[in-house]
Amino acid sequence: MTDPKPLKIAIASGKGGTGKTTLSTNLAAYIAEQHEVVLVDLDVEEPNSGLFFKGELIHEEAIFKMIPQWDEKKCTLCGICTKVCNYHAVIQLGPSILVFPELCHSCYACSELCPAAALPMIPKKTGMLRDFQTGKLHFVDGRLDIGEEQAVPLISKTKKYVAHKYGHVSIAIFDSPPGTSCPVMEATKDADFVILVTEPTPFGLHDLSLAVETMRALHKPFGVVVNRYGIGNDEVITYCREENIPVLAKIPNNRKIAELYSSGKLMYQDFPEIKKSLSQILEYCVKEAKGGRA
Amino acid sequence: MKEIVVISGKGGTGKTSITASFAMLGGADVVVADCDVDAADMHLLMQPDYNFADDFYSGEVAYIDQSNCISCGKCVDICRFDAISVKKKLYVVDPISCEGCGYCARVCPTKTIVNKNRLAGKWFISKIKTGSIMVHARLGIGADNSGKLVAKVKNEAKEIALEERKGFILVDGSPGIGCPVVSSLSGANFVVLVTEPSVSGLHDLKRVYELVKKFNIKAGCIINKADVNPGKCAEIAQFLTENDIVHLTDLPYDENFTRAMVLGQTMVEYDHGKLNELLTESWENVKKLSSG
Ligand code: SF4
Ligand code: SF4
Ligand code: SF4
Ligand code: SF4
Repeated sequence: MTDPKPLKIAIASGKGGTGKTTLSTNLAAYIAEQHEVVLVDLDVEEPNSGLFFKGELIHEEAIFKMIPQWDEKKCTLCGICTKVCNYHAVIQLGPSILVFPELCHSCYACSELCPAAALPMIPKKTGMLRDFQTGKLHFVDGRLDIGEEQAVPLISKTKKYVAHKYGHVSIAIFDSPPGTSCPVMEATKDADFVILVTEPTPFGLHDLSLAVETMRALHKPFGVVVNRYGIGNDEVITYCREENIPVLAKIPNNRKIAELYSSGKLMYQDFPEIKKSLSQILEYCVKEAKGGRA
Repeated sequence: MKEIVVISGKGGTGKTSITASFAMLGGADVVVADCDVDAADMHLLMQPDYNFADDFYSGEVAYIDQSNCISCGKCVDICRFDAISVKKKLYVVDPISCEGCGYCARVCPTKTIVNKNRLAGKWFISKIKTGSIMVHARLGIGADNSGKLVAKVKNEAKEIALEERKGFILVDGSPGIGCPVVSSLSGANFVVLVTEPSVSGLHDLKRVYELVKKFNIKAGCIINKADVNPGKCAEIAQFLTENDIVHLTDLPYDENFTRAMVLGQTMVEYDHGKLNELLTESWENVKKLSSG
C-alpha cells in the first residue's frame, strides 16, 4: 500500500442500527494489529464508535462554521442582505438586522454583497472534534452540538482535519451517517470504496436499495456486507446478485455478538470466522480501490 | 387530537416495528405519519395504496445556460461549496454539491445562471390496512433538508386528523438529533423513546432526551431486547427514574420481530403471546399519558 495515501474506505448504510459501527470498529481494530489506521466517526449526530475504544485523548478542538455578524455602526439599512439570503437567515426588524445562525449555510453572499461591509463573517461553534490513540489505531470523531441543525460543515471539517493530520497513514475508515441525504453524501463523496452494511430483512433490503441508488449517483465503487445473516430471508442476496453487486461478507446472526456489542466490546477476536471475513473485506477494498485509482 | 411521536436516537432499535404495532392497535382512530423519511420503512408493514402522490420541491439548484456564459470565472470564485467547475472548457454546476444559495446567479455578469427548484422527494397519502390513513414520503437522493419534508408529512397528517376528527396522530420519528428530528418533535403531546440496552443505546438515549427536554414534552421509554444485557438495562431504568421518564415496558430479544417483518406483518398480528400483551399494554398506557 503505497501512493496516494491514505486509502479511504467509507462504511455506510441506508439506516442506522444495521451493524455499521460494529463493522467499522472491528475492521479498524483488526487492521491496527499490523498497520497504522485511522477510524473517523462521521456520524456526527450520533457518534458511537468511540465507545468501543479506550484510547488516550491526544487532541481536542472546537469546530466552527462561519456566520455573518452585524455591525450596527457601518450598516446603512439598505436591505440587500435580507434579499440575497436564500435561507431567510438574515432579516430586518425595524432598524436592526438579525442573523439566525442555525439557518445560515455560510455561503458568504450577504457578507460579500453588503455595500457597507457591515456583515463580516465570524466563526460560531457547531461541534467538537476529538482525536484518540491506542496502539496503531487513531480514532477521530466529530460531535454536533445539540440543537445545531447542520451536520455537513462539521463532517467536512472533520475530514479536512484527518486529511491534514493523517496523510501518512495507509488506511482511513469513515463511519458514515445513515440515510441518503446530504450528510451521507458529504461523508462518502471522496471515499475510494464504500461498504454498505445491511440486514437480510424487508427493511434492510428497502434501505439498501436506497443506499445503492445514492452510491450510483455518486459513481462510487461499493460492495455489501450482510449483517445478522440467517435471520429474515434471502431477498437481499438475490437482489445483490441481480444487480451485480459484490457481497463481501455475511456476518452470522448470533445473540452472543449482540451481547458483546451491547457491552461495548469488539467481537472479531472471539469469532475466527468474523476475523476471516474482515480480512476478505479488507483485501477486496484494497484491490477495488486501487483499480479505481489506476 | 393528540400527537404521539416515536423516536430512538439511533436506528435498528425496533422503533418502526413498535410504531407499526401501535398503529395496528389504534386502528381507525389513528392517522399515521412516517417521518423517518430518510429510511422510510413503515409502508412495508402497512399496505399503503398510494392513493395520492405529489412531488416535493425544496430549495434551489443553480443551472448555467451555456449560451450566454462568457467564461469570466466569477461564479467559481465565489461559490463556497466547490459546486462549479470547468469541464471541457464549459462552466458547469454539480447539482449534488450545490447548496442552492443563489450567490452565483447574483454575481454572474451576463445573468446566465438561473436557480431552479430542487425536486427533493415525493410524498403520499394512503389508505392502510389498519382502516386508517398514512402520510408518508420518499426523500430524493442527496436532498438537502429532510426536515422540510418531515414537516410537510406531519402537517398533512395533522390536517387529515383534524378534518376526519381522529383521536391520534402517530409519528414514526426521524433518527439523530438534527433538523429532521426537531421537525418530528415539534407540537407533540407525548414522546415514546425506543432504546436497547447497549452502550450506544444508552448514549443515544441521553443525547436525544436532551432535545426532548428542550421541547418540554412528556416522555415514556420502551427498552427493546432488554434481556440481551440486564446490567445496561438497569442503568437505563435508573436514567429513566432520574429524569421522570415513564418506563413503559421491557421487550425481550425475539426473532419474531424479524419473522413478522418478512411476512409484512406487525408484531401484534404475528404474535398472540407475551409480546402482543406487552405491546397492547404499552399502547393503552401511551394513549392515556398523551391525553393526561
Ligand atoms: S446589506 Fe449591509 S448595509 Fe445593507 S442592510 Fe444589510 S448589513 Fe446593512
Ligand atoms: S452567509 Fe449566506 S446563508 Fe448565511 S446569512 Fe449570509 S446569505 Fe444567508
Ligand atoms: S447556488 Fe450557491 S452553491 Fe450552488 S453553485 Fe451557485 S454559489 Fe455554488
Ligand atoms: S459567472 Fe456567469 S459568465 Fe462568468 S463563468 Fe460563471 S456562468 Fe459564465
